[in-house]
Amino acid sequence: MRYIEPHAHMVSRITDDYEAMRLAGCEAICEPAFWAGFDRSSVDGFYDYFCQLTDYEPKRAAKFGLPHFSWLCINPKESEDMGLARDVLGIIPEFLKRSNVLGIGEIGLNKNTRNEITILEEHIDLAAKYDQLILVHTPHLEDKFKGTRLILDVLRADSRIHPGRVIIDHVEEHTVEMVLEAGFWAGITLYPESKATPARAVDMVERAGMKNIWLNCACDWGRSEPLAVPRTAIEMGRRGHSKEAVDALVFGNPVRFLSQNPRFQIS
Amino acid sequence: MTRDQVLDLYFMDARCKLIELAAFLDRVDRSEGEADFRLAALRNALPLLASPNAERAKAVLMALSDPTVDPIPAAFGKGACGAWPGAPR
Repeated sequence: MRYIEPHAHMVSRITDDYEAMRLAGCEAICEPAFWAGFDRSSVDGFYDYFCQLTDYEPKRAAKFGLPHFSWLCINPKESEDMGLARDVLGIIPEFLKRSNVLGIGEIGLNKNTRNEITILEEHIDLAAKYDQLILVHTPHLEDKFKGTRLILDVLRADSRIHPGRVIIDHVEEHTVEMVLEAGFWAGITLYPESKATPARAVDMVERAGMKNIWLNCACDWGRSEPLAVPRTAIEMGRRGHSKEAVDALVFGNPVRFLSQNPRFQIS
Repeated sequence: MTRDQVLDLYFMDARCKLIELAAFLDRVDRSEGEADFRLAALRNALPLLASPNAERAKAVLMALSDPTVDPIPAAFGKGACGAWPGAPR
């Protein structure tokens, strides 16, 4: 089996996780910027974090033969503070020049507030100005349906944005259709409790088709499973899906989306 | 897959989760004090499991979701709890 892990917060994981993912067939890891579990007090904290994502973490991954790519933003959990958010938006362009950066993400909404929407719009503007791919985080639990609709409205309001260059992550059964029907890519996140299980992920793929869907584990400092993607590949096999179909979903699809940025190169 | 194949793969897992849910509701009943909106939201979603609707997972998720459309003025905390406080109780 070979697969791409297109969304993993490896800064929160131990080195053994890199080794386990490599042993399971991982060919590359992509790491979006996210909330650290606490609010950073200034733009300097983000500067250091972006250095970690673009310098230190690729070196850690390389020790296991894993290419490491990153996405940059201020997470919506911290964008309620618009002053801080704009300071962070101001330093992103200098990091977009770094060789492992694939785009802007994971931007989006958390509690669906007006400030979050304003900062989402400003991230989208930045992505459009610098011709970047976009990775979108949709809100958790009871806020997901409303937030996904608001995010789609914001994206569709900017005519510079091409839906095929945007992936909207963390879809579930009540949001996957609206994302795909609008022409965007959809990401299914595999979590033990709060998002999709492997069985539900395969259900969604069987219903919606696998054309523009990727799977990811989004492993971080919370309850999460770095090997969730290969576990879901095994789940597909248990249901009789062919090896070719599994490969298309867990390897071919993320490669197809990510290769829109020529920096995404894997051997 | 045939229905029997689905049952072979998933029946025990579903049985386990169903009993866990029943035990959770028993546990809540044995406890003291008023329950907040989350318990009502869960109880309101239970009949969806027995409905003939072929999209039960989607229906349950919708029953636990905020159905409003307007952004809120400001966030009161960062977390989500899994049910919408504004749902009828």
